[in-house]
Amino acid sequence: MTIPVPNVTFHERVDAALRDPILHTALDRSMSRFSELRRAALAAFADESATRARARLIRAHTLSRLDAYLEQFEANVQRAGGQVHFAADAAALNRIVGEIARAHRVKAVVKGKSMVSEETALNDALEAEGIRVVETDLGEYIVQLAGEHPSHIIAPAFHKTKEQVGQLFHEKINLPLTDDPAVMTAAARAKLRWEFLNADMGISGVNFGVAETGSICLVENEGNGRLTTTVPRVHVAVMGIERLVPNLDDLAVMLQVLARSATGQKLSVYTNLITGPRKNDEGDGPAELHIILLDNGRSRVLGGEVAEILYCIRCGACLNACPVYREIGGHAYGSVYSGPVGAVLTPALEGIAQWSALPQASTLCGMCKQVCPVQIDIPRMLLVERAQATHAGKMAWWLRLGLHLYAFTATKPALYRLAAGGARLGSRVLGAPQQGWIKKLPPPLNAWTKTRDFPAFAQKSFRAQWEARRARKDAERAGDSHA
Amino acid sequence: MNVNAPRRVQLFVTCLIDTLRPEAGMAVVRVLEALDIAVEFPNAQTCCGQPAFNGGAWDDARAMGRHTLDVLSKSDAPIVVPSGSCGAMLTHHYPELFAGDAKYGPLAENIAARTYEFSQFLVEVLGVTALNARLDERIAYHPSCHLLRGMNIVNPPRALLANVRDAELVELDGAEECCGFGGLFAIKMDAISSAMMQRKLDAIQAAQVQTLVSCDVSCLLHLSGGLHRRGSQVKTKHLAEILDPQQA
Repeated sequence: MTIPVPNVTFHERVDAALRDPILHTALDRSMSRFSELRRAALAAFADESATRARARLIRAHTLSRLDAYLEQFEANVQRAGGQVHFAADAAALNRIVGEIARAHRVKAVVKGKSMVSEETALNDALEAEGIRVVETDLGEYIVQLAGEHPSHIIAPAFHKTKEQVGQLFHEKINLPLTDDPAVMTAAARAKLRWEFLNADMGISGVNFGVAETGSICLVENEGNGRLTTTVPRVHVAVMGIERLVPNLDDLAVMLQVLARSATGQKLSVYTNLITGPRKNDEGDGPAELHIILLDNGRSRVLGGEVAEILYCIRCGACLNACPVYREIGGHAYGSVYSGPVGAVLTPALEGIAQWSALPQASTLCGMCKQVCPVQIDIPRMLLVERAQATHAGKMAWWLRLGLHLYAFTATKPALYRLAAGGARLGSRVLGAPQQGWIKKLPPPLNAWTKTRDFPAFAQKSFRAQWEARRARKDAERAGDSHA
Repeated sequence: MNVNAPRRVQLFVTCLIDTLRPEAGMAVVRVLEALDIAVEFPNAQTCCGQPAFNGGAWDDARAMGRHTLDVLSKSDAPIVVPSGSCGAMLTHHYPELFAGDAKYGPLAENIAARTYEFSQFLVEVLGVTALNARLDERIAYHPSCHLLRGMNIVNPPRALLANVRDAELVELDGAEECCGFGGLFAIKMDAISSAMMQRKLDAIQAAQVQTLVSCDVSCLLHLSGGLHRRGSQVKTKHLAEILDPQQA
């Protein structure tokens, strides 16, 4: 178990998020901007649906023979002079990085953004060994200064307003108070430049590993990824085992959908393609390149009912489109991966028992599926995990009983009719004082009437009206034929 | 009108319309009969089981699904469902729920292939978009998620509404975003559900419409409850109630 289960409940975190007006300002600003950029980029992309379909096929194909591609990738990384490590779980990944750091007497690490390192809590592990770790992606730098974790898979400080960041920089790096992002960015850049030059090791994530060439591809917009992977003498890249593509042609397809879906760009500002460490005739680059492939539950997911979630290329489009994410932000999920993809992935990797609330946090509106560049059917997988949660005994007893009784009744039409009659009578009594509107339903249905009224059942059901109408018509016909 | 279209249908009215909005069901009947479609109502029908399915109680959902499939397979007439949500259950989720079931698997496929949502049946099967409806009001259409993205029915309701005489059809801000109902979600995650609803209610009130139209009374149950709590005068109607020949 690596992702710590938060000590407050999902509902408590949600309530706190809903009561936070600054969070809502941040979410509204960021989400409308990202969604708009994505829409514009895809509207201008002539081959959108064909390319997305092809991207999906590439993911499906790669995962269908992942073992073979992993072997090929490993061999080609080694051929290019890199070293490959397999980490079965988070602790193993942290141990491997720690060993590499010790072997090179590493005192300071610069990091490019990596969700895998969040998954394993790598920073904590390195800091426990007395190693200084500095995040170099601006958003992640902000989050690190604030002592927080990313709330979004591609925009770590999605939950913060620029005013909050100005305050943070004022407190932590002595920048005169400002709300000008350009001033803040310049200040961070100056601080980070020094960090790059003094780091012994660079740690980065990986967007795609290319099996045929042993290359890793890293996309970014700030140049911090390029510095992280070239300036320090050792480069450690961490990636999930599922993040492979067979070859460079396939990579080109994935990059087309990734940048557009993530940030609305045709291509990220920096697309780094790294094959091995520095060669003898090269001026830049690390002396050693280590690539660590993390399993941490992925191979188990690959054989299960929600394997399709491993198609994910971490573009964040489903978060930006999700109406639930918009209301609660990423931190309320309590998991490393948030939003629709996190709601499926977290229980899949870590077990449904302690994460059973996440798949419930969706109206199944289908927006995530609609925007997903590789067409992952997230709503279907949320449903599967809800069924798993029920099997694990995680459904509230009153709901379980209620649904049982409902099913029992609904399969016996006469009983159903009787029950509907009872509900009609009850609801009409409750609604009588307010012209048929119920202001307060009894528990557990009172959650409905906190913000909504509930209408009393109709005086005559459809069924009753239909039968009365048919009887009237039959009588008319009988009357006609009589005359 | 398409000359090869079926002349009779079975109405699967849905449990919510049966109990809470029977006038929408009666309007469906009148609209279809005005087009010379004979309507059958298999009266042993109850609920399709979608709440149990979405809630993760799949055994309960299957029990209700088997009952519904038994009831609907007694006739070979196409099935009309005045709901995108229940429509998606019958057309998409039954075949998944009963995959591998020797008896109900093929039955689910058979029913799914001849089930149509109300607006879809009018426009895509009958080939009708202009009905003799009239409403001198400013109205907006709320596309329910399960109709729009679940069944991929985008244009039929809008085409039908565009032909309502004297009605001024306006677009809601963020029209295609979820209203926050989500079935049991509205109870289990009531705080998030309400926050999503407030956003939708703001858009409805900002549009200054007199009536909000949808093809799903489930969303309308939630939105009308929210509007009523706010003291708003905006009415909510199922599409069939707008097209109802008795009203024109």
